[in-house]
Amino acid sequence: MSKFKKKGSNELPAISTASLPDIVFMLLFFFMVATVMRDSSLKIKNNLPSAADTEKLGQKNLIMFIYAGPPSDNYKERYGTEARIQLNDKLANINDIGAFVAAERATKREEEVPMLITALKVDKSTNMGLVSDVEQALRKAGQLKINYTTKKGSALK
Amino acid sequence: MAKRSAPEVNAGSMADIAFLLLIFFLVTTTIEVDSGINSKLPPDIPPPEVKIKQKNIFTVELNKNNQMLVEGDLMEIKDLKAAALKFIDNGGGTSAEGERCDYCNGARNPESSDHPSKAIISITHSRATDYETFITVYDQLVSAYSELREKLAQRLYNRSFKEMEAAYDDSKSPEFKSEKLKDKIENIKKKYPRIISKAEPQF
Repeated sequence: MSKFKKKGSNELPAISTASLPDIVFMLLFFFMVATVMRDSSLKIKNNLPSAADTEKLGQKNLIMFIYAGPPSDNYKERYGTEARIQLNDKLANINDIGAFVAAERATKREEEVPMLITALKVDKSTNMGLVSDVEQALRKAGQLKINYTTKKGSALK
Repeated sequence: MAKRSAPEVNAGSMADIAFLLLIFFLVTTTIEVDSGINSKLPPDIPPPEVKIKQKNIFTVELNKNNQMLVEGDLMEIKDLKAAALKFIDNGGGTSAEGERCDYCNGARNPESSDHPSKAIISITHSRATDYETFITVYDQLVSAYSELREKLAQRLYNRSFKEMEAAYDDSKSPEFKSEKLKDKIENIKKKYPRIISKAEPQF
């Protein structure tokens, strides 16, 4: 009798899950783009030299990094163009290295301290004077294991 | 003919596929590890007074214009490795224990180094030398030593030294941390110890 007859059953339609993969992909891409591997941002140029006969650096947690190089373009006005060293997030002086080494050691377990390696990430154009100052400071601090971090490739042009 | 609509494909499992991909890539991705040249600094104590014969020292000097003097003569970096090889592998005399170098292939020139364990390579550089030049030179010297070790490993154990070291460190290999392999590696390292001295810049 009534014209508007209810058709079919009264059940709620299932929610379409077709867009779920899109959401997952969106998440995937977001994290892919947002992930930064480096833990400290560099305030200096860091174009490493290349060497052929290199060894892999071992465990990540047993390495401390010392960066050196001329300040990058954003920091030129504040720090000039002379090569500087960077410890963690700050530009530092040679005499800060001792404290830096002590601080790094304090975060490690006692048996790990002798296994600590200092990786020197030094820009190509840096003078050796600065590098040997760093080395002398490390010697004073008793941190003798070092690694000159390089890119892979032949050094000979 | 009655109109028939195409049946909808069930897309519910797409999310699972995406997750599977995501997890696969999460697991398989290895973040690239840094590599470089390992080195050890001398401890901060005054060096003991030892007399070293001039012929056992191979001097490499770098000046502020990134030029290189080897044993007092100007040399191009590409020739350095060959010169270093000749010097280390010379074996002209005896080691500190009085043994002759029976594994050396050098010219046995009495004017050059006595024994690989006595041969010292000394690098001096100016404060103004570029780091890149220094690394290039250092790399050449290190690769001279690895070439000698490689040759010796081939001769003694018939396998590559690099491969031996990799097998020792690789947890999947049957020789992971094997004592026998360690002895072999130590033996080769002892026969060609890497003695590169780096002086503080004087000028």
